[in-house]
This record gives sequence, C-alpha cells and structure tokens, in this order.
Amino acid sequence: MNRGEPKLRLQASPLLRQQLTTRQAMLDVLLALMPATLAGIWFFGISALLVLSASILGAVVTEWLFSPAGYRGSRLNDYSALLTGLLLGLTLPPALPMWMAFLGGAVSIGLGKLIWGGLGQNLFNPALVGRAFLLATFPIAMTTWSAQSAPGEFFRIGSSTLAMPFMQPGYDGVTAATPLGLMKFERVSTDLWLLASGNSTGCIGETSGLLLILGAVYLLIRRDLDWRIPTGILVSVALFSALLLLSDPERYPGPLFSIFSGGLLLGALYMATDPVTSPLTPTGTWIFAVGIGLLIVLIRVFGGFPEGVMYAILLMNSATPLIDRYTQPRVFGKGGSSR
Amino acid sequence: MSRRKEDPHAEFIKGLWRDNPVFVQVLGMCPMLAVTNSAINALAMGGATFFVLVASSFLVSSLRQWIPRQVRISTYIIIIATFVTVTDFTLEALAPVVHKELGAFIPLIVANCMILGRQEAFASRNSVRLAVVDALGMASGFLFALFTLGAVREILGEGALFGVSLFGPDFEPWVIMILPPGGFLTLGLLLLFFSWLRERKQRLAIRLEELEAEPK
Amino acid sequence: MNGLPEVTTGGGEPGSLRLVATLSLAGLLSGLIIVLAFETTLPTITAYKARMLREAVFNVLPSVTSLKRLVYRNGKLVETEDEQKGDQAIFSGYDQNGRLVGYAIPGAGPGFQDTIRLLYGYLPAERKVSGMEILESRETPGLGDKIYKDESFVSGFRSLAVDPEIRAVKKGKRTAANEIDAITGATISSKAVVRIINEANRQWLPRLEAAQPTVTGD
Repeated sequence: MNRGEPKLRLQASPLLRQQLTTRQAMLDVLLALMPATLAGIWFFGISALLVLSASILGAVVTEWLFSPAGYRGSRLNDYSALLTGLLLGLTLPPALPMWMAFLGGAVSIGLGKLIWGGLGQNLFNPALVGRAFLLATFPIAMTTWSAQSAPGEFFRIGSSTLAMPFMQPGYDGVTAATPLGLMKFERVSTDLWLLASGNSTGCIGETSGLLLILGAVYLLIRRDLDWRIPTGILVSVALFSALLLLSDPERYPGPLFSIFSGGLLLGALYMATDPVTSPLTPTGTWIFAVGIGLLIVLIRVFGGFPEGVMYAILLMNSATPLIDRYTQPRVFGKGGSSR
Repeated sequence: MSRRKEDPHAEFIKGLWRDNPVFVQVLGMCPMLAVTNSAINALAMGGATFFVLVASSFLVSSLRQWIPRQVRISTYIIIIATFVTVTDFTLEALAPVVHKELGAFIPLIVANCMILGRQEAFASRNSVRLAVVDALGMASGFLFALFTLGAVREILGEGALFGVSLFGPDFEPWVIMILPPGGFLTLGLLLLFFSWLRERKQRLAIRLEELEAEPK
Repeated sequence: MNGLPEVTTGGGEPGSLRLVATLSLAGLLSGLIIVLAFETTLPTITAYKARMLREAVFNVLPSVTSLKRLVYRNGKLVETEDEQKGDQAIFSGYDQNGRLVGYAIPGAGPGFQDTIRLLYGYLPAERKVSGMEILESRETPGLGDKIYKDESFVSGFRSLAVDPEIRAVKKGKRTAANEIDAITGATISSKAVVRIINEANRQWLPRLEAAQPTVTGD
C-alpha cells in the first residue's frame, strides 16, 4: 500500500455538466417520491400522514437545533433534512406511534448526519440509520403492520399513532403480516399485481412498486440518479432468486416476487443511490450494487429477519470508502506497480 | 516530583472531574460498556473498582521504597490481582445476584488500565496520603461515570432506576439501551457532552482574557 | 523492560536474587490472603447456591417436601449427595408421606444469544412436565427474556404432556396436550426452551423408567 490518500478524484470526460445545486437535486427527489407518498397515505389513511409529518418534523427540528446559529436558514434551505425525514417516514409501519417517528427523524439527522460533520460527510444513509435505531429500540412496534384502511375509514386515526410519548402503543386496528413475513414464516406467496400496485401490507412508502419506478424514471431523465446502482441491485437480486428458485421451487420465492416485495424498490431506487454514501467510480458503483443485491437475498432467505434491504444497504455503505480506494482510475504515465 | 506542593483537595477534584478517568482520559472502557445496563450493576462494578484502586494505591505507595524498579509492574499486578480476587469472593458471598450479573467482569478488573496506570503514574512516586487521595478521586470519578451511564441506560431501557419503575407499566422500553449498542451510543453522547463543556470553558477563558487585555 | 536503557539509581542495580525474592514474597503473601478470603466466604457461597437450586426444584415440582439427589453412573441411578465433576445429576422429590412425586431435571442448550440453562419438573405417573424455571439465559431483553418473564408462557409448562414430544405452536393455536403457545416475537427463544426439554427427556426418561419400574404401575 504505497499509495497515499487520493487527493484528486477523477472521472472520465465529459466533465461539463448542467448546473446542479444540492437544493435542486433534493427538490427533484422530493418530487419523484410524491406519487408513492400520496399512494401510501391513500392506502393507509390519515395515520400514515401523521407518521410522515412526525418523522419529517423530528429531522428538521434536529437540523435546526444543532446547526450553528448563523447557518440555520441556509442549512434548512437545501431541503436535505426534509428529504431524510420523508425517506425515513416512508420506511416506517403506518401504525407506528408519532413519538417514535419523531425520535427516528431526530436520530437520522443527529446520529446519521450531523455527528459525522454534516451533509456530505456521513458514512451511512441517514434515513436508514434512523430506521435501524428504531428497529433495534422498538422491535415490536417496528414490526407491527396495520392492514390497509377499509373504505370509509380513511380519516380514522389509530390509537397507536397517538400514543403518549415514551408510552406503549395500544393497537386497535386490524394488523396483518407483510408479504415477506407470509413468505418466510408461512410459505404463502402474494399476488404480484397486489404487490406492484401497492395494495398490500408494509411500510408506508414501500408498497406501491409501480409509482416508485415512475418517480425513478423522472429522476433518470433529470440525471439525478446513477442508473448503475438500481440496475445492479435489481439484476443481481433477480439472478440470485432465480438460481434459488431453480434449486428448490417449493422453498424460495421467484425473482419478480423478490423485486416487488418489501422495501427493495424504495431502497434500490432512492436510498442506495444516495450520492454521499455510494462509491464514485463506475466500477465501484457496480461492486456496491451487486453487493447490496446479494446481501438482500441472503438476509431474506437465510437470515432471522424477513426483510434485509436496510441492513444490506448499511453494510455496503460501510464498504464504500474501501471500494472507492481500490477502484481509483489508474494514473497513466506514472510507472511502478499499483496493486 | 517531590518539589510539588501537596494539595490533597486538588488531587481529589482532579480525578473526579478535571481528569475524569472515563470522560476525559477515556480509560477502563471494557467494564464501562459491558456492565452498565442497570444502575445497580454499574454501582457494584464501580464499588469493586473503588476498593481495588484505593487499596492497591495505598499498598503500592507504602511499599514504594522496597519495590525494585525492574519488577515493579509485576509487583503491582500481584497486588491488584490479590485485591480483585478478594473482592470477587466477597461480592459472591454478600451479593450473589449482582455477582452473577457482573460475571466475568469482576476478575477483569485486573486488566483495567486505569488502576495500573494510577500505580505507575502516581502511587509509586507520591506519599501514602496523596496516593490515597488520588485513588479516592480517580475511583470516585470512575464510579460517577459508571453510574451516569448505568442510570441513563436503565431509565431509558427499562423505565426504572434501581429496579423501581418510574413511568408506570405502560412505559415502552428502549430495548437498544440494554443491549451493547446502547452502551456505545450513550457513552459516545456523554463524551460529546463533556468535550463540549471543556471547549466552552476554554472559549470563555479566552474571551475573558481578551476583555481584560482590552484598553479601557 | 529489557532492551530499554535503565535509569540507574544511586545504589546501583539490585541483584537478580533480590528481584526473585521480592516477587516470591509478594506472591506468597498474595496467595495467603486469597486462601484466607476463599475459606471465609466459601460457606456462604455454597449455602446460597444450594438454596437457589432447592428453591428452583420446589418451584417446578408441586407439593414436594423433601429431595434426593440422583446421579447416573455406570448405567444406573445412584442416590448420593457427594458431588463429583461431570456428574449427570437430577433430583427426585417426595411428598409428606415419602411417596415419590416426580423428578427435577436440568437441561441446557443454545438459545438465541447464549446457552440457556433451565430446570424442569417431570411427573412419571402422568408423563407430564410439571413446571419449568430458567436458571441462566442471556436472551434479548424485552423479547427473548419473556421465556421467564412472561407468566403465560411459563405457566404453559405446569401441565404439559411429553408424548410424543413437546411442540411449540403459534400463540393461540394450542390444541393438544403436548403443545405450548410460543411467545409472539420470540419464536426462536421459545422453541429453544422446548428443544432443550425434549432433548433432556430423550436422555432421561428411558433411564428413569429402567430404574423405577414400580412407578409406571399406577
């Protein structure tokens, strides 16, 4: 290891790019997430809206509170805290108490971003840090899934949503297992159309697969998204699942079920693609994406949890600096061996 | 060394606050993280360490003229290990429930670098009186730090302090706080808080100097 | 210490004899103190351990007033209080009239995080488990620790048939006498407890039947 810390990051030309500010990129992502967000609120009722608001509020308040007084306005203006709060909210169960969602938002920004030195310095995706914290802290509330609200019950607010801070939620609505839970523990598959349209149980924002893809297409057109990451994840998940399916069709779900169930699309399209926590070089990006895809299937099929998207992305996040280091483009004309 | 004026008060405060072994020197992290999932465990661990540190400092300082330099570390370890073993037996006889909870971490007090550090850095070069005061200060500082961590983790993790429920039966426990990650998180946040305090104090001191230097 | 330049004090280097003597003396004194402390605390410690074990036995075997310790040696059950390393010991419990009520059998096995050690009561006459107590476990607080904190799970073991073997089923789905409701959210820990008991049963029940042919009569 005779190379020092890379001082200059290189990418192949063309280097000229359209003008792109953080703020504009964040706004684009927010816009892209809107269809899936609205669908989540539509399916899970007004409770889901409250959970989303609480997690956004937690993120924004923390950002404001811990920013130096002089920068407060400008820090909030780039909308990154808002986006983190929304992304976290979309990965939460719709019946989660609001106080837990608020705490999750605060942890996302505080422990996921600010403690590393602010936007651009964090190693892990902030929204997923918040979610991992919540899952480890409140394992039961984070895995209690309410069924979709019945017609005419759109405005009913579950008692668990309004649980007092620090107090246990009491569930009054109908709870149900997620498609992945059904698959893992009872070997029951769910109809693919229900999964793709969002008509199933799960986190607020993960159910509507088609709308998530719609938003991602918009981001691709706007060039806010590195197409390699979602492609790498989806293809590796599909291939790995297909292999497993061939080995034992009784036990393993097929590739399409794997892709449309759980948080895979939300994670692959909007979280793994976070430019701060994913590698910079094209080769590195492929390694990163395939790593996530393989880990997701491994955790889902062989792990103790039914869902593995969050841990897969966080694990590969932690490998990002290493990937960046070993996939630096070769410097021509320098001679010597570079390993 | 000996030219310094003896000031027992300052030596005590040094360990308790200014050079707190955990929050400032970041020593003794193993028991700090491992056994602070409840206030009572933290107190027991702190108490055991307290006894070992004070007794060892006393003995090392009393014997400092007779311990040859070449074998001083081995001798300190023998002294510390003896007190640790005695503490282990005593705790098992007096408080078996706590002893079971702390498990292997009582014998591991031997490896607590803070204790050996105090022998080498202080007790072996100072009078018995100062050595004991220094040990008392450091041990209190360690106990204080363990207790703070244990109390925070028990309050959030179980909604209780010393097993007494604080928020009623409906409290939703923060499971992570009882688990190892909770120890790391809480310790990290406490370290952050203490370095913030230190930095603020330095800033204030600089500001004060500037004010005094300013011509009227 | 070696290799580093030593700062020599005025009196010169002490001979190695003196170093050895100092360390030996320190070791000797240390040993004396430790033995003293050990001897002083030993009775309290043994008494406590015995009391805890007896309490656990009385908890898992109802209406028992006296105990005997049985050890499996050379293919036979021997009654002995004398403890040896590697003993496979169980306890037999008797009521006021001296009639055998049942056995308390210890078991151990892997849980979700670490080894779970437990003790359960077994009534040979009814071929039933009569109670279960966790002696040691490090299951996840709030989830896995319900194997001893959740009263409804623990009470499920008060009367549980062992034939053909105990099964953990989803909460509320219990239909047969050999089934027990698993804890929601802690299926792995619940199943671990059941597996430990089943394994201990496979090991001990044939031995008990061979040793006590009279019990099966009624």
